[in-house]
Amino acid sequence: MAENVSNTDVSAAAGASNGAGARPARTLVVVSAGLSQPSSTRLLADRLTTATVDRLTEKGVQPSVEVIELRDLAHDITNNLITGFAAPKLQKALDALASADGLIAVTPIFTTSFSGLFKSFIDIIEPTALTDLPVLIAATGGTERHSLALDYAVRPLFTYLHAVVAPTAVYAASSDWGSGATGAGPASGHGAVAGGGASALPDRIARAAGELTSLIIASERSSRVIDPFALPAGFSPVGGYGAQ
Amino acid sequence: MQFGLFSVSDVTADPTTNHTPSEHDRIKDIVTIAQKAEEVGLDVFAIGEHHNPPFFSSSPTTTLGYIAAKTDKILLSTSTTLITTNDPVKIAEDYAMLQHLADGRVDLMMGRGNTGPVYPWFGKDIREGIPLAIENYALLHRLWREDYVNWEGKFRSPLQGFQSTPRPLDGVPPFVWHGSIRSPEIAEQAAYYGDGFFANNIFWPKEHYMQLIGYYRSRFEHYGHGTAEQAIVGLGGQAFMAKNSQDAVNQFRPYFDNAPVYGHGPSLEDFTEQTPLTVGSPQQVIDRYASMREYFGDYQRQLFLMDHAGLPLKTVLEQIDFLGEDVVPVLRKEFAENRPAAVPDGPTHASLVAARDAAEVAAAESMVASADVASAETVASLSSEGK
Repeated sequence: MAENVSNTDVSAAAGASNGAGARPARTLVVVSAGLSQPSSTRLLADRLTTATVDRLTEKGVQPSVEVIELRDLAHDITNNLITGFAAPKLQKALDALASADGLIAVTPIFTTSFSGLFKSFIDIIEPTALTDLPVLIAATGGTERHSLALDYAVRPLFTYLHAVVAPTAVYAASSDWGSGATGAGPASGHGAVAGGGASALPDRIARAAGELTSLIIASERSSRVIDPFALPAGFSPVGGYGAQ
Repeated sequence: MQFGLFSVSDVTADPTTNHTPSEHDRIKDIVTIAQKAEEVGLDVFAIGEHHNPPFFSSSPTTTLGYIAAKTDKILLSTSTTLITTNDPVKIAEDYAMLQHLADGRVDLMMGRGNTGPVYPWFGKDIREGIPLAIENYALLHRLWREDYVNWEGKFRSPLQGFQSTPRPLDGVPPFVWHGSIRSPEIAEQAAYYGDGFFANNIFWPKEHYMQLIGYYRSRFEHYGHGTAEQAIVGLGGQAFMAKNSQDAVNQFRPYFDNAPVYGHGPSLEDFTEQTPLTVGSPQQVIDRYASMREYFGDYQRQLFLMDHAGLPLKTVLEQIDFLGEDVVPVLRKEFAENRPAAVPDGPTHASLVAARDAAEVAAAESMVASADVASAETVASLSSEGK
């Protein structure tokens, strides 16, 4: 976990910006559920990360990135399902998510849905830990016929957790990695493609990164104070009737 | 400082022999285990309450009443009593009864249980777990302290002029602990009443329980029961011992690997590193548990889980011997060292009666003192009026 994405060097990005003084900082967490090494899932995650970091930097925001490779946590995730607690490395990942300003979540599509490892990881996250979290969802698969899995499986998952899912979800089939950027407009992102046909992968990445960037800039999650002992509103240690 | 055992009452196959004891065997064994605990000088024996297999302990007061008759000194407790699905009136009656028969050697620990379907089996809703724990205990607390109770709540039928019998022994209710593994509401409840708080501490990393106990201590002080360091804290623990630590590891590994709770999950090595489970020589157990107060502060009760995961009775009794003869005597000394005088011992019936009597004497004295002041003031005002 926490290897740096080579092409999202934060200090270089900061140096390239023209922002003066203290720039707002935002934390971006990337979850990649690819199983092979190298994996196209991680490749897509890296492309999305680079695009998002670039956009954030353009907007004068200082991004820091933490990448969570679920493959490296697979045993800890299984153990957590069994014992109910996270080993230290996994806990660090869960803590990073709880205080992130944005999430890029990328899973391979297996048997019409997110991978089992991806879902197991989601299952051990505290139910309220992703509330208000801006999320870019993305997936990889062998054929583009599974692209809707993002919208019927992955999107409802994060909606249930009260995360804010960006409208554009990015699906990369094997064939996408060999396609050119034809049909792409200028790399400015938003709605760059005219016409009703499928846009090329770089355009979809740019559009999704743009949407996530706007959501991240508006997020205040990383500056929130998380109080694990906050009592529910109106809680009384004697109950509603006990003091009678 | 009180040391003892707590049992979850599981009936589990011994993975080394594939032998599964009968319920009858386990029920009779638990009596032997409690007697053994007293024999080696432990202070507390606690048993859980469950309403589904593989657990046998559905009726703790029956078990504890029988053990009370077979023992003389050991304090009998629960781990835990389901405050959610039991009728608080029946808890008040059952445990007051047990308290009399055991001559005060009884306290109990409230818990919410670990099996979802128990709620509907007893006509309750699991989503009401916390409100049930809060309201039911509020009633139980009154039933033991007020002779005639008028009550109306959300979860049980109302009471008019109800008196639970028998009244608590010497007019002093059994001490109550509240057990929780994650709910700040329960820590808050324990602090509000000045009751004890118990962290089972066996399945998760200690850091988690340190936060919860730290919270309970600060709230105990907030509610005016004493300083944070005087809050009444209990911890669970888990150990397996042999003279040589590698023997302990070899002997315990098949039980660990197949244990109902953590079996087929993390390795024994990872689990012992990440949780308080200690597998090794008695000295290793001493070192591990002597360090607990550095993390949790000076505390009052340390319970160990010993009979579980299919360990045969003979092995369990050997483990209790290690605990009573090698570990606890040293831990008693270690815990006594540098323990602040203000930190109380674990509550007993005798200490609660003494505290009650002292409070009554103090109240009477302050009444006399204020009466003196009042009469002096009257004299003063009369004499000033006279001028």
